[in-house]
Amino acid sequence: MTDIAHTSQKEGIKPPVVSVGVIGWIKANLFNGWFNSVLTVVTLLFLWKTVPPFFLWAFMDSVWNTTGQVCRDAGGACWSIISSNLRFILFGFYPYDLQWRPLLAMIILFVLLYFSQNRKHWKKPLAYAWIAGLFIMGLLLRGGLFGLDPVESTQWGGVPLTLLLSVFGLTAAYPLGVVLALGRQSKMRAIKTLCIVYIELIRGVPLISLLFMSSIIFPLLLPEGVTINKILRAQMAIILFTAAYIAEVVRGGLQGMSRGQYEAAESIGLNYYQTMRLVILPQALKIVIPPTVSQLISAFKDTSLVVIIALYDLLKTTQTVLSNPEWMGFSREAYVFVAILYFLGCFSMSNYSRKLEKELSRGD
Amino acid sequence: MDKESSVTTEQKLSDEAIIEIIDMHKWFGDFHVLQGINLTVHKQERIVICGPSGSGKSTLIRCINRLEEHQRGRIIVDGIELTNNIKNIEKIRAEVGMVFQHFNLFPHLSILENLTLGPIWVRKTPKKEAEETAMYYLEKVHIAEQAKKYPGQLSGGQQQRVAIARSLCMNPKVMLFDEPTSALDPEMIKEVLDVMIELAQEGMTMIVVSHEMGFAKSVAHRVLFMDFGQIVEGNTPREFFENPQHDRTKLFLSQILH
Repeated sequence: MTDIAHTSQKEGIKPPVVSVGVIGWIKANLFNGWFNSVLTVVTLLFLWKTVPPFFLWAFMDSVWNTTGQVCRDAGGACWSIISSNLRFILFGFYPYDLQWRPLLAMIILFVLLYFSQNRKHWKKPLAYAWIAGLFIMGLLLRGGLFGLDPVESTQWGGVPLTLLLSVFGLTAAYPLGVVLALGRQSKMRAIKTLCIVYIELIRGVPLISLLFMSSIIFPLLLPEGVTINKILRAQMAIILFTAAYIAEVVRGGLQGMSRGQYEAAESIGLNYYQTMRLVILPQALKIVIPPTVSQLISAFKDTSLVVIIALYDLLKTTQTVLSNPEWMGFSREAYVFVAILYFLGCFSMSNYSRKLEKELSRGD
Repeated sequence: MDKESSVTTEQKLSDEAIIEIIDMHKWFGDFHVLQGINLTVHKQERIVICGPSGSGKSTLIRCINRLEEHQRGRIIVDGIELTNNIKNIEKIRAEVGMVFQHFNLFPHLSILENLTLGPIWVRKTPKKEAEETAMYYLEKVHIAEQAKKYPGQLSGGQQQRVAIARSLCMNPKVMLFDEPTSALDPEMIKEVLDVMIELAQEGMTMIVVSHEMGFAKSVAHRVLFMDFGQIVEGNTPREFFENPQHDRTKLFLSQILH
């Protein structure tokens, strides 16, 4: 039985070494075959042509803290447009002296988000902290109580507005999307039809037109004298829009569940809600984390569309600065800055989703 | 099967019926899958159902806890008739344990959580008590040391034993087994059958869809043969295997007992 005789010797054998050291790595990964070699050379050439000039522009020749006039004479980037207008870009028309209030509200939000990252903290105290935090943030923005000067919501703008629209938009759209997905799977005809009609109608319309409708058509339908806050209307449009997309993503996850999971849950006597909440959704939602986060990221970026109904979100405040004659023409710098802010938001979302996926995949 | 682990089937059964099925029919679309089933199961009775695939045996036991809906006739479980009344269905499901061919454990929950889910949410048992019960049944299926693991980390045989323990945690009056060993690797079949034999020794009412004829011989009070949606014949294992009445039964037995 020579087949079996080898087993005792196998322990000492290691997998064959393919490449050694840096040279080995380069050879194996960059220059294996003529096509990859050409690709490597072309890429290097491209990087050589683009990266150093960019560094020269962004850092070496740039000016950081000057007037617009000085900028025009400098060869590099004019970061002064950011430093001189930072507070307007960040806070828009919020009264200058009171801008510590939105700043504090944002800090509270970030602290809460930071603590919410860790699933170990997902307990009652955190929920209370969020309720208290939302109340305080609202109070800080609006004022009108405890000797804080009231600030009209028409004056809200910049990053706080973007965060308000996206954080509320995403947290409200997600559960609504899940409910819609479940509704679309429902055995009850009326509910199913309703959900399908809703999802297909909303998906058939661009967000921009929903925003227009919320700002122009919707007020016409209200009885005279009744007005609904413009931000709230935009918020609703974003929630309704995102929820329809989330619903379809979640439905994909639900369809991935085997019949056996439903049957096992039912056979131990769980009712519909318990089956969904305890057995089906935890698994289905986990499967769809990547597309869900894609959806949320795109919704986050789509909040910038509120410019078209004249809300001063981050993008709009930046554009406003650019229309100032002193700073006209420095749009590259301004948009790079805004892009960095958006990137930080999106990147931390996708980072977190990757972390969550890893945590939830234990036991698979 | 070990001689000492076999269960005496000669004991006197109580006359009390726990499941009554009266002229029950079911269709899948136009396909008449169950064609007039009549069956009375007594308390502590152990029934093994065999028959060719597509004969309706799985569908029959799935009707008992309403995973499938029957369209004509009556099914009465422990005095409760199965109707569209969702409360009755949930009550019966809590009384009737079910073990599936593919185990169907909840992969996102640990073994212990798999076992306590039903007691905590359906029976409203306090968590601590539910965990103690769960550990008791995990001991019973010889797998207590795996309580903290997840289903994906267990072998098929272990998973099926966990599935049995999960049903037992609900303290069911009847256990249904839907081909519990047919998805298992051969070397794992025995560990699952042994657990089922122990269960039988304790007097659990069991209906088992299985082709494990050794198990049927040593454990069942009655063996039923189904074909084309009907119960063709049912008898004590001795009579069933040594003296089958119908040609279809004889043919089937000759095919599976080589």
